[in-house]
Amino acid sequence: MNWKIFTNGIFKENPTFVMMLGLCPTLAVSTKAIYGLGMGIAATLVLLGSNIFISMLRKFIPSKIRIPAYIVVISTFVTIVDLLMAAFLPPLHEALGIFIPLIVVNCIILGRAEAFAQKNGIIPSMLDALGMGVGFTLALLLIGIIREFLGAGSLTFEMLGKGFTLSLSKFDPMIIMILPPGAFFTIGLLMGFFNYLSILRRKQINKEGDK
Amino acid sequence: MKNLIISTAPHIRKDRSIKEIMWTVVIALIPACLMGCLIFGLSAVRVLLISTCSAVLTELLICLIFKKNITISDGSAVVTGVLVGMNMPPVIPWYVPAVASFFAIAVVKMLFGGLGYNFLNPALAGRVFVMFAWLSAMTTWQKPSPPEWFMKFFNLPYVDSISTATPLNIFKYHGMDAVVEFFTSKSSMYKHLFIGTVGGCIGEVSALAILIGAIILFIRKIITPLIPFFYIGTVALITWIFGGNNGLFTGDALFHILSGGLLLGAFFMATDMVTSPITPLGQIVFATGAGILTSVIRLKGGYPEGVSFSILFMNVLTPLIDKIFHSRLLFNIIMKKKNKVV
Repeated sequence: MNWKIFTNGIFKENPTFVMMLGLCPTLAVSTKAIYGLGMGIAATLVLLGSNIFISMLRKFIPSKIRIPAYIVVISTFVTIVDLLMAAFLPPLHEALGIFIPLIVVNCIILGRAEAFAQKNGIIPSMLDALGMGVGFTLALLLIGIIREFLGAGSLTFEMLGKGFTLSLSKFDPMIIMILPPGAFFTIGLLMGFFNYLSILRRKQINKEGDK
Repeated sequence: MKNLIISTAPHIRKDRSIKEIMWTVVIALIPACLMGCLIFGLSAVRVLLISTCSAVLTELLICLIFKKNITISDGSAVVTGVLVGMNMPPVIPWYVPAVASFFAIAVVKMLFGGLGYNFLNPALAGRVFVMFAWLSAMTTWQKPSPPEWFMKFFNLPYVDSISTATPLNIFKYHGMDAVVEFFTSKSSMYKHLFIGTVGGCIGEVSALAILIGAIILFIRKIITPLIPFFYIGTVALITWIFGGNNGLFTGDALFHILSGGLLLGAFFMATDMVTSPITPLGQIVFATGAGILTSVIRLKGGYPEGVSFSILFMNVLTPLIDKIFHSRLLFNIIMKKKNKVV
């Protein structure tokens, strides 16, 4: 049962490709794989903290003012993540810029608080936050890898001075892929691809059901 | 009978098939391709071959993957592929035309439902996609190098320094006087532009060959003169009025008509049946809008050439134009008559 809550966020209700939440940071910071990864982890940490606290406080928060209350909780965690990142990963913090503070208004986090944490206990909420966070991180990483590989011609993973670079030397980089249209193309095509896969799977399940 | 959907009038009643139309378009494109190959040599042949093969292969692959009827024999993929090739500069890495054709067929045409459902002209969308992907490759031009008999046959005045820049590039960055100076005289300039011995994309340089192709299309009644006439007319009018250095009405409209991709765009791409409006009034709005955009980009914009952007822009507006000018015609006339009788 609990495992299902976790995988739910990765596959069935993937925030980016299925629910299409949080597309603004997805479009903006996925120019490089490492930015996508950093953004995903930051959002996951905030989501984890906010889901746990909102689930704990769910019986005390009056429903009429729940949104401001959630925002206060979320912004606390965003500030913590923002300052931690500025202290330990300054280059990444600089690259992500305004999009770290903007996690406050990321609809995945508010959405999970509203749809899950306020109705469920602490442990399921934690699992839900982890599942959603991992789903978001994987989506961002995938988009980032595709865009960086095509748009910059190489793939660089570097954090705290360690890392590696893969490069594509026979082709000139496609500049459009690191521009905004490239983000839309990548997300649109990936979304279509995942929808196609899920349609295929549903057909298969139906066939097995018929037998 | 569930799948039979009848739309409102006007219906087009013709007994010609898609196959016939598309292969006629291919034939009409041949003169311009031949001219491009003569002027630029083997590199142009290579680009045209790559783009056409890539378009056909992409369509075949997508039909196979999605288990659709294989539609490559109707010629629409060939038309797109050839048009993509004609919109490329002759010297270009092999993957640029290949990706352009792939994008045109896979993303713009097949993913939106195949022939008849594309919301943009596939060839132009492919061109603009690679234009933003590999800007420097797409703006590196080859010097025209026609064989000697070609120059003699058309009695072309020899221009010593036929450079790699396109006439529109020179116009954009150095002004009209520099263009005339470059071709030594005005009559020599028109002659070179008309025959096509200037820098540019493979299919767009020769106005003569494009006009031959356009005549084929007119004779076979595949396109109506409405869109090309209003498109070229608008560009001519605006560039004549605002294009000159010495105040109004001093611009060189003929130069703007003959140079760049205007003729190719006006006859072969703006007239695309899927992405242009249905009614005559809508077509006039479409063509005029494209003409205004083209001239504004050429005279004031940041790019030397604006044909592809303007046609794509009007393609996106086409559903709106159709909505405004669609149902009024027949229906309203009937309603008005009825009201009078009552």
